[in-house]
Amino acid sequence: MRRNSKYPFIVGFLIVPVALYALLVLWPYIQTFGYSFTDWSGESQKMKFIGFKNYSTLFSDDVFRKALWHNVLMLIFLPLVTILLALFFAFLLNVGGRGGTAGIQGVRGSAFYKVVFFFPQVLSVAILVVLFEAVYRSDGGGLLNGILIKLHLESANNPTEWLNDPTFVLWCIMGILVWSGVGFYLVLFSAAMQSIPKEIYEAALLDGAGRGQTFFRVTMPLLWDSVQTAWVYLAIAAMDGFALVSALTPGVSYGGGPDYHSEVLATYLMRNFLYLGKSGYACAMGVVILLLTLILSIVTLRVTRRERIEF
Amino acid sequence: MTTPIKESPASGIPAGQVAAPGRAPTKQARFADSGKVLNVFSHGFLALWAIMILLPLAWIVISSFKTDAQIGGSAWAWPHHWSFSVFHRAWDKGIGSFLLHTAIVMVFSVTLTMLFGSMAAYVLSRYEFPGNRFLYYLFVAGAMFPVYLALVPLFFMVKNLGMLNTYQGLILVYVAYSLPFTVFFLHSFFRTLPTSVHEAAMIDGCSHTRAFFQVMLPMAKPGMISVGIFNVLGQWNQYILPLTLMQKQTGTDPDRSVLTQGLMNLALQQGYAGDMPALFAGMTIAMIPVLVVYLSFQRQVQAGLTSGTLK
Repeated sequence: MRRNSKYPFIVGFLIVPVALYALLVLWPYIQTFGYSFTDWSGESQKMKFIGFKNYSTLFSDDVFRKALWHNVLMLIFLPLVTILLALFFAFLLNVGGRGGTAGIQGVRGSAFYKVVFFFPQVLSVAILVVLFEAVYRSDGGGLLNGILIKLHLESANNPTEWLNDPTFVLWCIMGILVWSGVGFYLVLFSAAMQSIPKEIYEAALLDGAGRGQTFFRVTMPLLWDSVQTAWVYLAIAAMDGFALVSALTPGVSYGGGPDYHSEVLATYLMRNFLYLGKSGYACAMGVVILLLTLILSIVTLRVTRRERIEF
Repeated sequence: MTTPIKESPASGIPAGQVAAPGRAPTKQARFADSGKVLNVFSHGFLALWAIMILLPLAWIVISSFKTDAQIGGSAWAWPHHWSFSVFHRAWDKGIGSFLLHTAIVMVFSVTLTMLFGSMAAYVLSRYEFPGNRFLYYLFVAGAMFPVYLALVPLFFMVKNLGMLNTYQGLILVYVAYSLPFTVFFLHSFFRTLPTSVHEAAMIDGCSHTRAFFQVMLPMAKPGMISVGIFNVLGQWNQYILPLTLMQKQTGTDPDRSVLTQGLMNLALQQGYAGDMPALFAGMTIAMIPVLVVYLSFQRQVQAGLTSGTLK
């Protein structure tokens, strides 16, 4: 009898969350896919089925290719720099302390550093925008220019216009992403490092391993799982970048300037959607981004897959 | 090819006698020595990054006490007079009502997210039924893709429901988009809870629903707190959803902007009519609640985010 009474309960508990999720999350994603085969302009619901035409136009679109290239650059540098910095700091926090006879220790105040480093992670993008607009200010009043002028690396009469400079603008955006991301991955790696049993280190020390050796031969292989996770998460973040680019860089509606030098797929998609009235085209772009993200995650997980080490 | 090995010439004592007992201590001493160097080095780098995190934030907070003219001048000028009138000004620009709107939305959205999320996660983690795995992966998949891909179909969906620029519309959307992580996190949490307590409750004649609310939910409190804080921070910092869904529909429609959106609008307006100090003060006001929540719950915040990504 109890077996039979199970199903009403299951349905009763699942119906609201699943309905809400299907209606507001899944269905819009599926609709994006459907719209990508139409010439929908976005204002009325009138549209014509045009097959793969949007997709073929996409690959001869110069701005799209530029945006794609910028995302590729971000895909390479954002995970690389963030993970290296996070690993470096996690290493310093956990093994950088005075190693006495008790073996290797973390530095003092590691809890304090972790709290401070993680903080940018909880700040909203609006705060990041206000903050970095001031940091990258184009006159001497900006923090970055202010520091460079103080160090006499730059003349006060001719400060760098960070976000208006074609060579710097994309790197400035990436800098913000690294600045706010390192803390999170540091905490992630740190947690993974601390879950490694102490005996393994003691054994390595008795066998005469130095710090470097311990790190590369013991810590890194055991950390591989978290590095892999971090890489996938950062790759997904690198495919986005919408909020920062659209609010910080110059350009008509959703930034991307100067002259498309900071254009990313997300901003170009939104401009097509809401400004140029090419919604069907933008949806095709969305599908391409979605596929890229999927392929990327799968490839990352495959390539970096190693034998899992149990401990 | 045999070169004589040089014995330590300094002392007359045969080398063998020193080496045997001294071996382990010297090695450890050397380790401790390298530890001291490394320790200074570690603190140097860690402190540098901590300054890079804290300096811009502190600089903005201090800058809010400056005048507009001062902000345009040198980055290193100290404010002439410390007056809190700028916070009044920021408040009058709408920060106060933005805070109120955010609070109204979040009271409901966080509560409902936790309720629906825990219900779905509980059923999916502890009851066998056909389609269980499918539903679970459907939920988890939602966390993979950037929101902006679904944005325009979502906009029309909310519009058709007649919920544009309404609190209930935004609340439902927040709940729907918070479900993937909540379900994912609580799913693994409910699995760790012992089955025996639940079974005992059932034998005592508890219904499934009562067993959930009176037995399982109280036991899941630590997990609920972690994911609850995560949802509070996530929904407080939400930017792109309110930007799209909370626009004024007509001239008479009241402005229901939430905090991040209002702050962003202020930031974008600054390009035309400058009141930089008020903008910085607004940022400070927006940052304080996050800082308080983060500092009081930093352990749970860090643990929640890392365990959510690691497993």
